[in-house]
Order: sequence, then structure tokens, then C-alpha cells
Amino acid sequence: MEYILIIISAIFVNNILLSQFMGICPFLGVSNKLSTAVGMSGAVCFVITLATLVTYLFQYYVLVPLHIEFMQTIAFILIIAALVQMVEIVLKKVSPSLYQALGIFLPLITTNCAVLGVALMVVTNEFSYGGEPHMLNLVESIVFAFATSLGFGLAMILFAGLREQIALNKVPKPFQGIPIALVTASILAMAFMGFSGLV
Amino acid sequence: MGKFQLITKGLIKENPTFVLLLGMCPTLATTTSAINGMSMGLATLFVLVLSNMAISATAPYIPDKVRIPAYIVIIAAFVTILQFIMQAFTPDIYKTLGLFIPLIVVNCIVLGRAEAFANKNSVVDSACDGIGIGIGFTFALTLLGLVREILGAGSAFGFKFISGDGILVFVLAPGAFMALAYLIVLFKKVTAKKGE
Repeated sequence: MEYILIIISAIFVNNILLSQFMGICPFLGVSNKLSTAVGMSGAVCFVITLATLVTYLFQYYVLVPLHIEFMQTIAFILIIAALVQMVEIVLKKVSPSLYQALGIFLPLITTNCAVLGVALMVVTNEFSYGGEPHMLNLVESIVFAFATSLGFGLAMILFAGLREQIALNKVPKPFQGIPIALVTASILAMAFMGFSGLV
Repeated sequence: MGKFQLITKGLIKENPTFVLLLGMCPTLATTTSAINGMSMGLATLFVLVLSNMAISATAPYIPDKVRIPAYIVIIAAFVTILQFIMQAFTPDIYKTLGLFIPLIVVNCIVLGRAEAFANKNSVVDSACDGIGIGIGFTFALTLLGLVREILGAGSAFGFKFISGDGILVFVLAPGAFMALAYLIVLFKKVTAKKGE
């Protein structure tokens, strides 16, 4: 039951893009076309889940026993950067077709704040799903990270679909480009507000 | 370019938020009020100036291939220092801004200035550039925070001037996107007129 609550909350109620504002750069940057949005979402999904697993283990098996939790920020960003590099190398060897599809998005992900954001969230915040507020355990963290990245993908793909439609319409000159995209995002965020109170 | 121009260009001509459209995540997330926006802007300014100076000083010794990871480590070190300072002196603001203080590490403005300016200019020029861009960012965040606070809560910098609630949606997520969209449009209009 708790896992279902985590999933619904992470995808809809606390959507990482539309209510937490993490990962806005790719949200605005690569949402012009539906196909690139799908590629980016896939790559982000993969990296967020993997990065959360590694940083979670690093936090509780290295940083906490050594009492150097203050090194969190530096350690996590290095882990993420190294991980992205590694995923790139492994994908290139193992599955060239997947590498072709995700390839160009992978280097961009290091500076996507959603990745570092989720990694930090699971080790610093307390979550309450119905019961007592508590720190997430390993399995819950992975479920949370995966669901969050699904939420990222959902918002991203919806938004890309909307922007493809907007591109066909006449937009007042000052609004062209980013401003109209922001207005669209605002309305999309309003729609997502309808989910608040669900969990 | 003179030192004075380096400092002032970030305010209007190369405003990181309204013109370059960088660092959108903290811009949208932390501007629920003018004070919060300003604190976030100043925190970024602090990291930006110090990291610009450090990167400009060390750039000749960093091999080209590993420069991006090296810059990120330098930036992360300054962010950690900032976290300590804020925890000690402004714990309330540190709590409100929460996750977005460590997330300064992945703010594209900071890494962007390192790559575009600091690694090929002198330490003093890089510091001026950091101050300029930082002030521009602080100005943008304060303005956005002020607009959202006035519309959403009917107050400015914490002083309430209407009784009751404002248009609450402006404090929430959709209002952030909407307010930023209209501010960018206004900014474009104003600067376009000036250019004519």
C-alpha cells in the first residue's frame, strides 16, 4: 500500500517539474519535439534511478560511518558525473541502438538538478505516507526515484505535445519562444494542482 | 570592456534570468516572496564571485580534458562553505530555501560563467563579472518574488498592505510560470524600446 502511495504522490501530487521546479532546463530546452522529449525522459529515468541507488548506499555506508555528512554535496555531484560518464561508455559497448537514442542527452543530465535533487531529497527529507514521518529505506528510495522520474517523463511528454500544437498557431511577437512555453507550463501546472490532496 | 561595464552588463543587457534564460529552477522555486528571492540571489552571488575567482586563478593549471569536473568540484566546495555559513547565521532562510542551496552546484549560470568567462580572463575581471551577473540574478529574483508576493499574498517584503488573502495561485506553482512569462515579455518590450 505504501509503495502505491509513494508512486502516486511522486508522479502526480508532487510532480518534480510542475510543483517542485527541478529539471526546468531540459523541460524548456528539449521539449520542442515529442521524439526528443521521449528520449530525454528515458535517459533521465535511467540516470535518476541509478544515481539514487548509488548515492543512497554511499551516504549510509561511507559518509555516515565516517561522520563526514557535510561532504554530501561534493560527493554526490561527483558520483553523478562519474555515473553518467560510465553509463555512456557501457551503453556504447552493450547497446549501440539505445546509445544512439539516448546518446546526446546523457552529458546534459549531469547538470540536470532533478538528479541531484532526488538524490539529496531521499537522504535529507522525511516523508510521511499516511503513517509516521520517516526516512525512506533503500527499496522505498528506489521506488520514489523511479516514480519521480516517471512524473518527469509524464510532464515532459505532455508539455512537448502541447508545444508541437502551439508551434502551428500564431503567437504575439513578444510571447514567441520561451514566454508562451512558460504560460503553457503554468496552465499545465494548474491542471496538476487538481491532484493535490490525493495522498 | 571596463570594470564598471562588466558589473553593469548583467543587470539589463545580459540579465541571466530575463535575457539569457539560465538557472530557471531556483528562479521559479524560491521566489514565493521577495525576501526569499533576494536571499537565493545573494547566495548564488556569493558562490558565483568566489568560484569565478578560483577558476580564473587555477584555469592555467587544469588540463583541458578534465576541466568541467574540476570546475564542478570547485563550485561544490564553495557551495558547501555557503551551507555552513547559512546554517550558522541565517538558519531560518536556510530552512526555507532548503534543497535549492545545495542545488546551486548544478545552476547553469555558475558553470556557464566559469566556462564562458572565468577560464580566459584575469581574477579581477572574473570577480567583476561574477558580481555583475550575480546582481542581475538577484535583481531578477527579487523582482519576480516581489510581483508574486504582491499578487499572491498582498504584501511586499513581508509588510502586508491589504487585509485578507491575495490571488493565492501566484504563490503556488502555476503562478511562478505565469509571472515569469509576463516579466520576460515586459523586459523584452522595455529593452527593445530603449534600443530603438
